[in-house]
Amino acid sequence: MHASEDGPHPHGHDHGHDHEHSALSGNALRVRALESILVEKGYVAPDALDAIIETYETRIGPRNGARVVARAWADPAFREWLRRDATAAIASLGYGGRQGEHMVAVENTPEEHNLVVCTLCSCYPWPVLGLPPAWYKSAAYRSRAVIDPRGVLADFGVTLPEARRIRVWDSTAEIRYLVLPMRPAGTEGWSEEALAELVTRDSMIGTGLARDPAGAPA
Amino acid sequence: MNGAQDLGGMMGFGPVVPEPETLRFHADWEKRALAVTLAAGAMGVWNIDTMRHTRESLPPAEYLSASYYEIWAKALANQLLADGLVSREELREGHAQEPPRPVPRVLQAADVAKTLAAGTQYERAAEAPAAFARGATVRTKVFHPTHHTRLPRYARGKRGVVEAVRGVFVFPDTNAHRQGEHPQWLYTVRFTGPELWGEGADPGLTVSIDAWESYLEAA
Repeated sequence: MHASEDGPHPHGHDHGHDHEHSALSGNALRVRALESILVEKGYVAPDALDAIIETYETRIGPRNGARVVARAWADPAFREWLRRDATAAIASLGYGGRQGEHMVAVENTPEEHNLVVCTLCSCYPWPVLGLPPAWYKSAAYRSRAVIDPRGVLADFGVTLPEARRIRVWDSTAEIRYLVLPMRPAGTEGWSEEALAELVTRDSMIGTGLARDPAGAPA
Repeated sequence: MNGAQDLGGMMGFGPVVPEPETLRFHADWEKRALAVTLAAGAMGVWNIDTMRHTRESLPPAEYLSASYYEIWAKALANQLLADGLVSREELREGHAQEPPRPVPRVLQAADVAKTLAAGTQYERAAEAPAAFARGATVRTKVFHPTHHTRLPRYARGKRGVVEAVRGVFVFPDTNAHRQGEHPQWLYTVRFTGPELWGEGADPGLTVSIDAWESYLEAA
């Protein structure tokens, strides 16, 4: 299972990708055939396909979740609402729907770090984080997150204090989990817009931490 | 079923390779695979559990060597075949050759935003009280059904604590096979690292799954 089909490998890992180009063209042909047949038979509308892609390319992505986290950092009442009824609190910012129908927010603390996985498929909170990254759906992540989460975190360059407990949430049902990362020190009085810039996608899955104000991960 | 999808605890897949959050798709065909999968699902011929089962029914070697959008595309073809909406000949030729069958709905562009924003509710009204309360100690059952299930192998026969009672939800084990929703109480059950992984497990690790009531017994 490849984390990247034809893109660069940012961390220089060298996997055997000898078959990649034939697999790629095979996929392109397979998907083109499916699309042609479905459109010709009238089962799907071509402009609906374009509208779906446009939605997930431009409107639904991890900046939505970053705004939710920033609001929770800035507003204790919102944070309490998010912890009690995440679906409603998130909907109040205009996010909800497919693959986010039943949301739960889990909060990182100095004692406990949360990490979200779907070992059985690719369950992921789309309205707040967008489409899952390839690594989230990869065998490497799905197999190891539940047995060796510290090893997974190391792949992301994250080392937690040994005493910090790790709490892994395997999304085996229709509940979707959003990690509320710890607010970096030195951000007192920041606007929600500025705070949202510190919230990375990975920090909301639990494979990362929020950025610290100096630019490096906190 | 004990298919290749049930990956928790397996080893040997190598490191996780992070990628930037601005990267949405790696190739144009991935966008099309996403779109045709969602639009075809919106026909309302199958449900989410049916499609999950079709994906996990790919032969293990094929499943494990495919990227996720490739799994989606192959499973979509298999589902369309199983429901008689396309033929093998059509898939081979890449074009329609037979008239369409009637389907419940066709998603139109004007309805995409509304449909995605609505999602699908999986929670149902409770018809009986929950068997377990928050804090209860439970044990997951040991079973190996050939049908769809959402109890992963690594969490079968394990003692855990009910951390949350989530409500009553559609039961995937029957819904996947169009045998009805049979909604059940759903619980978040937390296990310790040593309970799941035994000797040498990280004592600071806990893992939870979301488990339907029939997966659990009192312990």
